[in-house]
Amino acid sequence: MIREEADMAEDTGRGASRRAFLKGSVAAGGALLGAGAARAAEPDPLITEVQPWASGLGEGVDATPYGLPIRFEDDVIRRNVEWLTADTISSINFTPIHALDGTITPAGCAFERHHSGAIELKKEDYRLMINGLVDTPLVFTYADLERFPRENHTYFLECAANTGMEWAGAQLNGAQFTHGMIHNMEYSGIPLRTLLHEAGYSGETEGKWVYVEGADASSNGRSIPMEKALDDCLVAIKANGEALRKEHGYPARLVVPGWEGNMWIKWIRRIEVMDGPVESREETSKYTDTLADGTSRKWTWVMDAKSVVTSPSPQSPITHGHGPLVITGMAWSGHGRITRVDVSKDGGKTWETARLAKQGENKALTRFYLETEWNGEEMFLQSRAMDETGYVQPTKAQLREVRGENSIYHNNCIQTWWVKENGEAENVEVS
Amino acid sequence: EGGSTFGIGRPALPEEIAAWDLDVSPDGTGLPEGSGDVWEGEAAFEESCAACHGSFAEGVGNWPKLAGGQGTLDDKDPVKTVGSYWPYLSTVWDYVHRSMPFGNAQSLSNDEVYAITAYILYSNGLVEDDFVLDRETFDEVVMPNADGFIVDDRPETEYTKWRTEPCMEDCKETVEITMRASVLDVTPGEEGGDDGGE
Repeated sequence: MIREEADMAEDTGRGASRRAFLKGSVAAGGALLGAGAARAAEPDPLITEVQPWASGLGEGVDATPYGLPIRFEDDVIRRNVEWLTADTISSINFTPIHALDGTITPAGCAFERHHSGAIELKKEDYRLMINGLVDTPLVFTYADLERFPRENHTYFLECAANTGMEWAGAQLNGAQFTHGMIHNMEYSGIPLRTLLHEAGYSGETEGKWVYVEGADASSNGRSIPMEKALDDCLVAIKANGEALRKEHGYPARLVVPGWEGNMWIKWIRRIEVMDGPVESREETSKYTDTLADGTSRKWTWVMDAKSVVTSPSPQSPITHGHGPLVITGMAWSGHGRITRVDVSKDGGKTWETARLAKQGENKALTRFYLETEWNGEEMFLQSRAMDETGYVQPTKAQLREVRGENSIYHNNCIQTWWVKENGEAENVEVS
Repeated sequence: EGGSTFGIGRPALPEEIAAWDLDVSPDGTGLPEGSGDVWEGEAAFEESCAACHGSFAEGVGNWPKLAGGQGTLDDKDPVKTVGSYWPYLSTVWDYVHRSMPFGNAQSLSNDEVYAITAYILYSNGLVEDDFVLDRETFDEVVMPNADGFIVDDRPETEYTKWRTEPCMEDCKETVEITMRASVLDVTPGEEGGDDGGE
């Protein structure tokens, strides 16, 4: 028995306008295709008639020196939610995760989060300073950075606020909006420890911090404990094989594996070794998590294990009718590798262990699949990630029990999609 | 550790460090010479800040409120401002100096930043109207929520609970929808109530 709660509509005053869902195409497809392949009644003209692309010519190799996706994929784009922020400069957009597969996020549609816009900083104008408690404060040019030994690592970057709009209820209808403040790229960069060593840093960790800031007006300064700085942080100069995109910090950004995206300082211009944290705006006013009793957690750096089904989902409904269905999604953990993802089709009553496309990688996205048979039954799809520490992704109720509803950040709850008999899916909360 | 280095880069000059190393720590380390009072701050705030943050720092539209909200942090909808939430005065000085006004950052003199900070404190009822902020009086200001923060305690309050083998079958009796995003209907779309991305 489904009980629907409609009182949220009154809060917004926007009413419950329903879209005309796919104009009946789902029902038609469902009727056409049974469990097996349907026999064609007529020969398919796409096969029996010579098509223009099989006869004429395509584009020359000089047509596209640097290409964009084919126009039929023009819905696989970043999206903005206007009402979330006061303006579009200090704001966020969302990766179209509902339409992607595998784990690598194409940089051109990988989400952006700026506090004073995406600045243009050319390599010739770039300077990186290391100062503070080091033997020799140094200035590097971009060309200097390219002369240090490099490492390659793939990591997820998840905004601390990803899924943050969902704390108080089911709000945005699509995985792109609920879980799309994330991207996963292969970075080439210089270990931060190499640069600190170059400045003659002693390597002491006890009570020592680095304060890192960007070249943009917001500066986005954050304090990072020295243990992390010397462990796996990188100053990245390439992502997914090419220079960083302007909006992702060109020509250099900090990579802080497993930790909240805010700390991945873009357009990085200065690293200061200090005796304590600066307690900057981005680690006091913001990126602190208020609990039900009014106290707030600070320095909640790690992003806990999380997952989401990306298809089917509200933006990726089932349109192929009954029969074989691929349920897919992604999982990640700031504590290390994903070891298992379970999927439920009945809202968490029963769970099946999904197939990981590849063994989980350290602090990187992992793709999962559950191949199943769907015959038009209503489903409440959920996914539940486990990481190598044995941590199991919690429900929203479990999170709320500890934190209340005003944490804003770090919402790694289990997501539910209500897949209806016509294949449409909706973001819901279930008991 | 010592050891060999690559000999890449060159020493930073004092003027360069002074130009970029502007951060101010909670104990006031990093504050430059200068001062400003509440009335100077009111004038500077009106000129540089009030269009977005309101004449009384109360916020305009969706722009941040800088004053008010004290005692609301455990409410259903807390109002988090400098007065109600921020733990350190240093952060106000540092952030205003480096990153405000929005769109024209690093345009305020040190004295203007002292004055604007004094005015924000006054707007929050934290100082009297004759208050003068400088490096000496910086220590006198008590931020109401200074003790309102705890260091990340997830290892104790969450990880210990949730590192257990999860239920796989018969995990609950019933599953009922308690909330629907389509009822709220605030998702952007290409037309009408359509979700983006289709």
